[in-house]
Amino acid sequence: MNTTDSRPAVRALRTRGGLSIRFAPRAVLVAALLLAAALAASVALIGTGDYPMTFADVLRTLTGGGTEAQEFIVHDLRLPRVLVGLLVGTALGLAGAVFQSVSRNPLGSPDVIGLGQGSSVGALTVIVLFHGDPAAVAAGAVAGGLLSGAAIYALAWQRGVHGYRFVLVGIAMSAVLVAVIGYLLTKANLTDAARATVWMVGSLNGRDWSQVWPLLGVCAVLVPAVLGHGRSLRMLEMGDDSAYALGVPVERTRLVTTGAAVLLTAVATAAAGPISFVALAAPQLARRLTRSPGPNLTAAASTGAALLVGADWAAQRLFGADQLPVGALTGMLGGCYLLWLLHTERRAGRV
Amino acid sequence: MSRLSAESVTLAYDGRVIAEDLSVAVPDNSFTVIVGPNACGKSTLLRALSRMLKPRAGSVLLDGAAIGSYPARKVARTLGLLPQSSVAPDGITVADLVARGRHPHQGLLRQWSPEDERIVQESMAATGVAALADRYVDELSGGQRQRVWIAMALAQRTPLLLLDEPTTFLDIQHQIEILDLCAELHENQGRTLVAVLHDLNHAARYATHLIAMRDGRVVAEGAPGDIVTAELVERVFGLRCQVIDDPQTGTPLVVPAARRVSTGVRVSTGVTGSSAAAARPAGPPSA
Amino acid sequence: MLVDTSPQTSNAPRTAAAPEAVPRGRGARRLAGLVVSTGVLLLVVVASLAVGAKQIPVDQVWHGLFHYTGADADVVVRDVRVPRTALGLLVGAGLGLAGTVMQALTRNPLADPGLFGINAGAAAAVVSGVSFLGVTSLTGYVWFAFLGAAAVSVVVYALGGSRGATPVRLALAGTAVTAALNGYVYAVQLMDTAALDRMRFWTVGSLASANATVVRQVAPFVVAGIVLALLLARPLNAMALGDDQARALGTRLTATRVLALLTVTLLCGAATAACGPVVFVGLMVPHVVRSFTGPDLRWVLPYAAVLAPVLLLGSDIAGRILTRPSELQVGIVTALIGGPVFIHLVRRRRMAQL
Repeated sequence: MNTTDSRPAVRALRTRGGLSIRFAPRAVLVAALLLAAALAASVALIGTGDYPMTFADVLRTLTGGGTEAQEFIVHDLRLPRVLVGLLVGTALGLAGAVFQSVSRNPLGSPDVIGLGQGSSVGALTVIVLFHGDPAAVAAGAVAGGLLSGAAIYALAWQRGVHGYRFVLVGIAMSAVLVAVIGYLLTKANLTDAARATVWMVGSLNGRDWSQVWPLLGVCAVLVPAVLGHGRSLRMLEMGDDSAYALGVPVERTRLVTTGAAVLLTAVATAAAGPISFVALAAPQLARRLTRSPGPNLTAAASTGAALLVGADWAAQRLFGADQLPVGALTGMLGGCYLLWLLHTERRAGRV
Repeated sequence: MSRLSAESVTLAYDGRVIAEDLSVAVPDNSFTVIVGPNACGKSTLLRALSRMLKPRAGSVLLDGAAIGSYPARKVARTLGLLPQSSVAPDGITVADLVARGRHPHQGLLRQWSPEDERIVQESMAATGVAALADRYVDELSGGQRQRVWIAMALAQRTPLLLLDEPTTFLDIQHQIEILDLCAELHENQGRTLVAVLHDLNHAARYATHLIAMRDGRVVAEGAPGDIVTAELVERVFGLRCQVIDDPQTGTPLVVPAARRVSTGVRVSTGVTGSSAAAARPAGPPSA
Repeated sequence: MLVDTSPQTSNAPRTAAAPEAVPRGRGARRLAGLVVSTGVLLLVVVASLAVGAKQIPVDQVWHGLFHYTGADADVVVRDVRVPRTALGLLVGAGLGLAGTVMQALTRNPLADPGLFGINAGAAAAVVSGVSFLGVTSLTGYVWFAFLGAAAVSVVVYALGGSRGATPVRLALAGTAVTAALNGYVYAVQLMDTAALDRMRFWTVGSLASANATVVRQVAPFVVAGIVLALLLARPLNAMALGDDQARALGTRLTATRVLALLTVTLLCGAATAACGPVVFVGLMVPHVVRSFTGPDLRWVLPYAAVLAPVLLLGSDIAGRILTRPSELQVGIVTALIGGPVFIHLVRRRRMAQL
């Protein structure tokens, strides 16, 4: 096995048998650092709360060496919450990268185009009209997300994707869905309304193993599936014709990846509520950190995970345990980030 | 002999029929150029030949079998296309973009072989962009960018290369540069090139095989020296003209008829001065 | 930019720069159309007075209005239906004109006060007032709503930029602002359940809570906004031709822009304060109007002032009928109608920037 240096930014790892893997050292390093950051934030998050634990305590407990109380707190209360955070962050980061890549527009991400609102309508329908239990609410959220995703796809795709049409149709969809959410809220009694509002902000509070398993299952299937299409997605960014000319099955790639992204978003939303702007910001941050073009799927996914768990940890530290749901923090930060993005892109003359 | 041909195809966009029962064969090792007035179906034909557009009837044959019957990747190893509009992803360097041309030859576990690397270098050298390798594509001029895209298509290493109006939006000196490059590729590397061109004089100068189209039909086809006549130009473009020999190459040169012969030409720019120069706006540069 | 430019830019030279060239018959037809529209508005007003949880025959409505005796029906007409209808008229006219002015100012056929985040700005300011300063009365709401609306319209316009502003950019800037502010609104509501209870009806956009006081408070602002908008018709017509052209025609660009933003703020702020955020009215009405008046704002604006209340009151009446005995808030009805209209507009146009 030997490495050759083609140019400073890209290297290739080759075996004697003719196999080779191409990678950008910086992207690999960034992804590794992000992963480390996400794990560190996770450990910190496990240690945060009404019963604070030190870093060392957490690590000892995780490896099976804690006291009984520590065991209970870590394994039954805080670990599932952190795992949900990591998985949701991964799913949203990845889904955002796919959407932005397919629509060729940084603003074509699930939270701008109304997928979150679709999930909210589904969940609120269950909460308000059927007073359903959390599992039913989650099912409603998945159904709502999938339906709105299909609707946007059908309405925006006329002989190929056109990024801005996709975004604008999504904005209209989300406006309509917001009206439906408002209607459902007025139908609700105050208890249900409060429950619905909490759900809609998106939070990791009180997440347990019953949320972890379905999420883990879906991610285990879809994340590798999407990553496997990474190279084709990268080709797609050059325009349908160019990608097709290079032998990429354009329509299939698009359908498979957006389908997977919609499903990932819906499942993540079902587990934690519509946490806004992780999907928007993670791929953009990842691209700036790795300084490489293309969807940067792995980096975007790890950025998403680090971002969400980090934000949850910050919310807990700044506002006290379980006071401010993480979605409110990411929403405000993300909105400001979006404005900044628009501002800089205007200066660059891109949008 | 012809590896690529269209057999009585009917081409349509959303029910709007562009061409019916059209048959075209691309001679092997030729530099084939398709010309015709706007909306005559020349780009549509190229899209069909490159399988971007599925014919409604008839079929496009590649090496004797319908082009749609091959896997996408296999076709991409035989036939390359330079589309009219491509998007350079944000923040991509020239070398990275050209490297993407290797995609059809790569796989999940064979992502970057020494051969890939060599071919990318060669393609950049052939198009004169090797010095730009680490520059961002966004920062390049139109002519440089077009050469980068051609380098990408070259890196695909296909015996057949289709180019859809490769010279549009370029300055005259870049147009000639690109066409000279195509001619070199054809002569030195023995590739078969098919290009759609706007400029009849460029086509006549560079093509070895010319296809003239009008209203979705082939009006004439053959070597430029054999088929480009005043009568053909009038039939295809509705333009009265005189055809003379290109003083540089001896190929046919189309000189549009003056509105008023001799003294009547009004020179509005005042730069060229002579009426003969003003009456020959579409001629190639004389140097 | 849009390739098949909206009529306001493609036809503007003919009508704006040379109004004399318009055939006489067209002017007469437009006037007749305006009269007919006013007639339709009157019918809708009567319907709005008569229809509801309690149906009141038209002669009873008349009786309640002009021969008030204090009978049940009379009370309903005078204390419930009249303020509600009057508010609908004001809010409708306000939103319709605000949308028209915004579309002209930004040369953007997709402009709408709701989509551009101005309503969200008003909502965020009102939430702050309700939660932190204990504001309960509409008098208080109005000032907060103005503040929020003004701040957001300046931010969005600055971000969308007058130069190089494309429909997409402005819509995205609006979305960004809305998203950021919604995050804030949610956070405040979570911390303060009482505010949630008061706000959740307001944030939908409803005419149901109208009363005479509300109408009296909002009316001066809306009327002032309407007058301003009508006065701006001529300079905005000139601006439709492009900044340079407008300047060449002697228009004062900065003054026009500032006044136009002030108008939008007055109209949106008042409308939003009175009945909560209502989306898409400002988007749809100008499009409908332009399809039969052409792009001349001197006609578009009066038409919009008449037809926007028709849409709003019509939606309100529909909301009262559809789910009787309960009601569907007017903001929901307009969003349900407006969303598809917006998508249709987006699909019909070819975007060069795609």
